[in-house]
Amino acid sequence: MSEHIVRSYDEDLRKLRDMTARMGGLAERQVADATRALVRRDTELASEVVQRDVQIDALEREIEAFCVKLLALRQPMAADLRVIIAAMKASNDLERIGDYAANGAKRSIVLASLPSIGSLNGFERMAHLVQENLKAAMDAFVNSDAEAAHRVWEADEPIDAIYNGIFRELLTFMMEDPRNISAATHMLFIAKNLERIGDHTTNIAERIFYAVRGDSLPDDRPKADQSAYAVVRPAGE
Amino acid sequence: MSSTTETGVADTASQSFGGVQARSEVALNAPRIAIKNLEFFYGDNRALKGIDFLIPDRQVTGMIGPSGCGKSTLLRVLNRMYSLYPGQRATGEAMIDGMNIVAPDADLNALRAKIGMVFQKPTPFPMTIYENIAFGIRLHEKLSRAQMDERIEWALSRAAIWDEVKDRLDASALGLSGGQQQRLCIARTIAVRPEVILFDEPTSALDPISTLKIEELIDELKRDFTIVIVTHNMQQAARCADQVAFFYLGELIEVAPAAQMFTAPKHPKTQEYITGRFG
Repeated sequence: MSEHIVRSYDEDLRKLRDMTARMGGLAERQVADATRALVRRDTELASEVVQRDVQIDALEREIEAFCVKLLALRQPMAADLRVIIAAMKASNDLERIGDYAANGAKRSIVLASLPSIGSLNGFERMAHLVQENLKAAMDAFVNSDAEAAHRVWEADEPIDAIYNGIFRELLTFMMEDPRNISAATHMLFIAKNLERIGDHTTNIAERIFYAVRGDSLPDDRPKADQSAYAVVRPAGE
Repeated sequence: MSSTTETGVADTASQSFGGVQARSEVALNAPRIAIKNLEFFYGDNRALKGIDFLIPDRQVTGMIGPSGCGKSTLLRVLNRMYSLYPGQRATGEAMIDGMNIVAPDADLNALRAKIGMVFQKPTPFPMTIYENIAFGIRLHEKLSRAQMDERIEWALSRAAIWDEVKDRLDASALGLSGGQQQRLCIARTIAVRPEVILFDEPTSALDPISTLKIEELIDELKRDFTIVIVTHNMQQAARCADQVAFFYLGELIEVAPAAQMFTAPKHPKTQEYITGRFG
């Protein structure tokens, strides 16, 4: 699209994109470091992740304040309005992603003091997919790429599948030996955190799609999280 | 749309009437005026090109577009104001109640009673407030003094100015503020009980508070009148209109419910104009 007649408006929108991309980058790094800390039982790195969360929170407030200013002063319309709303909502999702990463890091500090159970391969694979998706979502945001956003939105299914696997595996460990319960519970939460991060990433993808196309993705996203029914399946489901 | 032109095809397919619009909260009413292949000429200059669209009954249609796009021309066509000028002519159809507004044999008196117009600058006559309203009524109807008083109070009340002027109906209208004068003109327009009111940038000469009062009034009036408003103020169209039409170089580029128009317009030209990227 061509430039605005008022040039400072373009600069404002560019600044908003930069801020959001910066926040996305920070969130990606938090997820990566939290996973690394978990796998390597690195409590120092985990503490860093926990401490860095305030930076993400600060960025969210900064983005929100900037969006409010843009709405009040520029009275944006159409594509401009949509991208501002998308950035505001995406910053909210990124903030949640940051929280989940920090929470995982906290739990990995506890886990490092407990005997390890099972393998962390599933976590690594899951975290890898989550990060890949988050990165693709942020690239789609920066490039206003609706197709890429659509791909991100569809790519959450395998993450859910791994989560289901981890859930069942940890359940088995707990049933085998109650002494595993403490560690397994923390690990369950970490896996759930990763799964939630995947969901927030798809939210971001939805915002981007709407910002670019002015049209929403369908209501039903492909989902494969079956853990709610792992023990008892309600009739008719 | 009848033709593909240099700026593309107008998107009138999204106009659905009398039904529920999927993505906007406002459904459009049945059409009051149906415009079909309307063309307008200033001499040899074609100022409106193959306009097709429907103006919904008792709702507000906003017309936007850059200067010279044809929106004011269309307004002038709808009340046949152009007939006053030689060398100006319209072809095609603009149907209201089975009458083609642009037909050469259209009854202009009947038409002007059906379609009232409010202009950019308030145009009070240099007479009393009372006479300003009575003047137009006398052209169309013969009322007793009591009926006249009643009609004038009704018109001034509907125009939300009665309380401000009821104690000085015999004072000159020229002593009113700009915003009051504009509401007086709206009262004068509705006094003859038209079906359609055309507003040509009715607030561009008013301060923000007077502007909001007029907008509130428009919102109130649409319960009884079909309203068409030309405005340069995009936010005003967004605030007032149920349906918005975007014109460019004499063509209707896109028409859609306001919420859709200002969040997700379909045509790139509309997008550029309403986001301030023109030129």
